Amino acid sequence: MFLLASPALIVILALVVVPVGWLMGQSFYDNGFTLEHYRRILSEDIYWRSFALTFRISVIVTIATLLLGYPVAYAAAKARRPWDVIILAFVVLPFWTSVLVRAYAWLVLLQRTGVVNQALDRVGVIDEPLALIHNEFGTIVATVHILLPFMVLPLYSTMQKIPRDLMLAGASLGGSPAHTFLRIFLPLSLPGVVAGLTLVFVLSLGFYITPELLGGGRVVMISMVVSRNVELYNQWGAASAVGVVLLACVLAIFVVVGRVLPLERVLGQK
Amino acid sequence: MKRPLLPRLAFTALVGLVLLYLMLPLFIIVPISCSGTRFLTFPPPSWSPRWYQEFFGNRAWVQATQVSIGVAALTVLIATPLGVAAAYAIVNAQHRLMRAVHAFLMLPLIVPIIILAIGVFFVYAKLGLVATIPGLVLANVMLALPYVITSVIAGLRSFDPTQEMVARSLGMNRLRSFLAVTLPQIRPSVFAGAIFAFISAIDETIIALFVSGGQYQTLTKRMFTALRDEIDPTIAAISTLLTAASFLLVLLAMQGRARGTPDDAR
Repeated sequence: MFLLASPALIVILALVVVPVGWLMGQSFYDNGFTLEHYRRILSEDIYWRSFALTFRISVIVTIATLLLGYPVAYAAAKARRPWDVIILAFVVLPFWTSVLVRAYAWLVLLQRTGVVNQALDRVGVIDEPLALIHNEFGTIVATVHILLPFMVLPLYSTMQKIPRDLMLAGASLGGSPAHTFLRIFLPLSLPGVVAGLTLVFVLSLGFYITPELLGGGRVVMISMVVSRNVELYNQWGAASAVGVVLLACVLAIFVVVGRVLPLERVLGQK
Repeated sequence: MKRPLLPRLAFTALVGLVLLYLMLPLFIIVPISCSGTRFLTFPPPSWSPRWYQEFFGNRAWVQATQVSIGVAALTVLIATPLGVAAAYAIVNAQHRLMRAVHAFLMLPLIVPIIILAIGVFFVYAKLGLVATIPGLVLANVMLALPYVITSVIAGLRSFDPTQEMVARSLGMNRLRSFLAVTLPQIRPSVFAGAIFAFISAIDETIIALFVSGGQYQTLTKRMFTALRDEIDPTIAAISTLLTAASFLLVLLAMQGRARGTPDDAR
């Protein structure tokens, strides 16, 4: 059996474990062993600011996807055929559309002369076009759009398994709809919430395309610090150290979440 | 359980708005791609197929498209058998270590992609695989394996393994019984896994930014570099084609899956 899995294992070993291991080595190396790269992360402002910005954006994105995704998953779990299939199609189709295409679409929608600004102008809400891209706002709108399915799918698969009878029982015992929702449905959907929160948060920590294209050079998230250190400055040591810290954050989150929820349930969605 | 009308309407409206937010960007690129002007005004003042002509008439774009499609096809050919074998091993092995193997094979989903990109770039630089087709294919196989494995495991779990045992008790060896009995029945999930591997390879951007180059640039790498400078409607034309292709493929995959495993809708 292990033999059957071995070709796949070799691919992962060669293209994930070896590169990551090498990055770790590199992060401690500069003509000999050094902690210099990590010291710089701790002491230099740009790194701090980028980590802080990345965490702040990830928190905002995660909360936004939960607020938008929960009602959609709820509607999909409650709806009868064919509505549940239609709602899920609306979630799955964007999910499998190129991230690049979606970032481009948001550029078109949100730019100065874009559809959104034109519509607002026509309605008369604004006199001057709003700056919706080349800033944090545009980055967040596009990132939420891209990550929303990662919230809805685990939520849906959890909610779908909640027996309808439980809600009916709650109602027949005199609970109001709000009461049965809060006391029965919501707690039972929590595993899905945890899975969705974890996936979205971890993925947005490592986001690259949307801040690069919609941030206009002003929203420098951690992934961009990594790539700039390599592409512009050829600073492999610094890039590796930042990458290792990012990876450590991600792994720590998975370890903590893994204590409450089997990781298969978190990752099974993607 | 009849609820008051007003909250229900508000709820439906909210869900509708979120669904609109999900879908609208995918459709906005279609009219833009048919626009007669270079400016991205909406609705376009005039219509013309010029951006599609621009795309199909430009050697660099066509070449990049060929690279992307070729790489994605090779990725499917390699990732699918590897993924099926691994999924079969994970589902059928009794050993406790197999859980670890499963988690290990999901690593490409856990490690942030930028870290994989610079790591793979470095390893390729040592091996001379930068800006080569085999390099691109291998990286995409690595990224696609979790999709294939997840899809096939779902298929295998909903399949009754005793059927294969019967085939073996009748004298077939393990491989033949798998090919003759199991594989035909889990075919939809294998097919879905293969399609997801294809889409993931076509859409992959970040690793390609680092390891593809020269004459072997992928379509997404060219799009990304073009997007940093200008956002002319040629990109909208390409995006429309890409989106149409993914829609078609996802619908195919979903249909295959729905037919194969009725109670396993994700």
